[in-house]
Formats: sequence, structure tokens, C-alpha cells
Amino acid sequence: MSGSLYEKIGGEAAVNAAVDIFYRKVLADDTVNKFFDGVDMDKQAAKQKAFLTMAFGGPHNYTGEDMRRGHAHLVARGLNDAHFDAIMGHIGATLTELKVPADLIAQAAAIAESTRKDVLGK
Amino acid sequence: MTRITFDKASYDCGENESVLDCLTAHGVPVPSSCKAGVCQTCLMRAVSGRVPPESQKGLKPTLIEQNYFLACSCTPAEDIEVALPEAGKGKILATVAGLEPLNSEILCVKLSPVGPFEYRAGQYINFFRDDSTARSYSLASVANLDDCIKLHVRKIPDGRVSTWIHECLNPGDTVDISEALGDCFYVPGNPEQGLLLIGTGSGLAPLYGIVRDALLAGHTGPIRLYHGSLTVDGLYLIDELRRLARDYSNFTYTPCVSEGAAPDGFSSGIVLDVALRDIPELSGWRVYLCGNPAMVNAAKKQTFLAGASMRDIYADPFVPAQP
Repeated sequence: MSGSLYEKIGGEAAVNAAVDIFYRKVLADDTVNKFFDGVDMDKQAAKQKAFLTMAFGGPHNYTGEDMRRGHAHLVARGLNDAHFDAIMGHIGATLTELKVPADLIAQAAAIAESTRKDVLGK
Repeated sequence: MTRITFDKASYDCGENESVLDCLTAHGVPVPSSCKAGVCQTCLMRAVSGRVPPESQKGLKPTLIEQNYFLACSCTPAEDIEVALPEAGKGKILATVAGLEPLNSEILCVKLSPVGPFEYRAGQYINFFRDDSTARSYSLASVANLDDCIKLHVRKIPDGRVSTWIHECLNPGDTVDISEALGDCFYVPGNPEQGLLLIGTGSGLAPLYGIVRDALLAGHTGPIRLYHGSLTVDGLYLIDELRRLARDYSNFTYTPCVSEGAAPDGFSSGIVLDVALRDIPELSGWRVYLCGNPAMVNAAKKQTFLAGASMRDIYADPFVPAQP
């Protein structure tokens, strides 16, 4: 099968379908939703979409430094590996729900996983 | 080569250069993040000229209609003038055409703008008491139905603008208002979609405009309006809305009171709870939320968790002014 991971997953349409499902899982998860209290939901959804686009191998210009800076205030509030694991779980569950094949989910998960150190400020 | 105008200065934009790259290269500070047309940090508005459709991908329909676009993914094909979203808009003179109490604390203010005034029902204006004191009020009128623009002004204790409007304003006075602002309004298309509208207090104003705008546009899907207050005395336009519900079979109106037992014809409980009890599954619905910020923020989350898509939720929290 040819094409990039992003194309195989379904491109922008797939991200659009994924973002509501993913964000709904995150907001309903009491172990992580405290980090989203008081933020503008529209802006947050757009950021989630940018993050999923990246995880799906799509176009982005985020650097490790951006990830580090963007999450520093959450690390200060206690963001840790357990929270990161929970988010990873929600990404996997979202893609499973959208019937994305397991090997592609694994590739997307690997991209998301690669941001762990920067997101957690390690 | 196209020209981009920003804040009265013009810049040459290269053939494959984005508006974001062009402006930042010239020292104009435009916030940005993903630079891939996704995160919407670089949101701008085209004041004149057309922007390519790919620069509006993923934006809410109400933003697209107002010519908002993403600067990072906009390579304009023609000269355009652009502005940042928070750029102030000009003042407009208006004459007070009438004042009519809607209940003991809410006054309907009718204004006739001097000169052309474009707006969408549900947007808001800033109403100036003087150069440095203004408050935002939503538009309850519909441009194609009403001669004047209409605001529902609740008298806030010690409110510098609302008290002045209630006590000092007279028909015939001239006042300054802003252009219409905001993205909480009805967009035609998708006429079969369900519309859920929830408001508290004078948050009914934009919803009253949006409902009538949607009905005028021939919306055929269910339109469900829930208006909440502590007691029946806090509600208003009850007869008008009941009449509208008789005239249009797809429109229902549910007035809710949260304190004490509700009289016949009223629902008892917090307006958001009543609405979600009636319509627990909101996949595919469009949602409008206006009024008390605590209600609006809770409703935004709960209607989203109930299945409404984020891009279908329009919220207008009436945040009180800081003294």
C-alpha cells in the first residue's frame, strides 16, 4: 500500500471525525479533565485537531521546543506519565472506534509517543 | 505579486508566500502556532478582497461568512486588506426610536442607526455611554422583519451603562454604537438540522432573533427554545413565543423556572437540565447558548458530551463588566 500514514488514515476528513470523539473522551475522563477546566473549548478543540493531525502523520510545524513550552504550565500543575498514558489510550480508542487498521494505529501511537519527553518537560 | 494591506500599510506578497509569512517578515506581529492551517491561532479577517477557500478550512460557518481566514494557509490570488480579529470597529450614530419594558428589569431599546447598518440576528453591538464606557448588548431583531434594531437591556444594580439606559435615555436621543460583532447567529443551509437554543435572563435576546431568522429562512428541522429564570417574573415575551409556537409546528418554546413549583405551562428546574432531559442525544444538532456565563460554560461542555459537534455549538456568555 502506497501513500503516507496521513493519507492511509483518511487525511483531513479523518482528523475532523476524530477530534470530537477524542475530545469527548478526554473531557469525560476524570483523571485528566482537570487540565482542561476553564479553557476555551473552541480553541482547545482546534489545538487537539492540530495534535491529532501531527499524530496521524499530517502536516505540522511543531518542534519539541513548542511542545515543551506549550505544556510547561500543565507540568507545573502536576502533568505526568500517567496522564500522558491516559491520553495515549484515548487516541487508540478513538482510532479503533473509527475502524482504522491496527498497524496504522500503532504508527500514529508511535508518533504521539515520540512527544512524551517534551510534553512532560523531561 | 499581490498586495496585502494591514493597519493602513501595504506589503508585497510573493507568489507562494502566505499572508502570515508576508506580515511577519515585515515585522507585523501575528500570533501563530501550527502553521499548517489547523490550530486557528493565526485567525484573521479579510476586510476587503477574497481569500482562497483552503484558508477557511475547518472554520465555523459563521466565521467563514464574515470572511475570517487562517493567515498561515492563505496565499491570496488578489489584493486583500486584512485585520486581526480583535481590531476595533468604527462607531455608528443611532437614534433612540422607542423604549418598551419587557418585564420589571428588562427594557427593549429600539434604535434606528443613521446610515446603513448590516447585522445578523444574534450578533451583538457595543453601546457607548461615553468614549470610555461601553457595554455589549445582543441584537434581538431580525434585519428582514424589524424596522429598528432591538436590544434587551437588563438593569444591573449600579450598572454604569444599563442604569443610564433605563433612567436617562429618551426617545429621540442620539447615541453611539459599534458595528455588529460576534459569531453567534443563524447560517442558512442544512435546513433539516435540529436547533437547540438555551438562554437565561436577557440571554433570550439573541435567541429570539436567531429563532425568527431561522424560521424566516425556511428552516424545517425541529427548533427547540428553552428560556430559564428563577421565577416567572424573570421571563418575558412569553405570549409572543407561545404564538410563534402555534404558527410554526417545528418550533417549541419551553419556559423554565428554577425556584419553587412551576405554574401550568412552565417547566420546573434549571433550564439546562430541562433541555437535556427532553433531548438527551444531540448528535447532529446545532446548539445556541446565551446568558449567564456559568450556565453557558456548563452547557457548552454538556451539550458537547451529549453528542453535538464542537463546530455546531455557538455560545455567547454575558460576562459582567468589571467595575
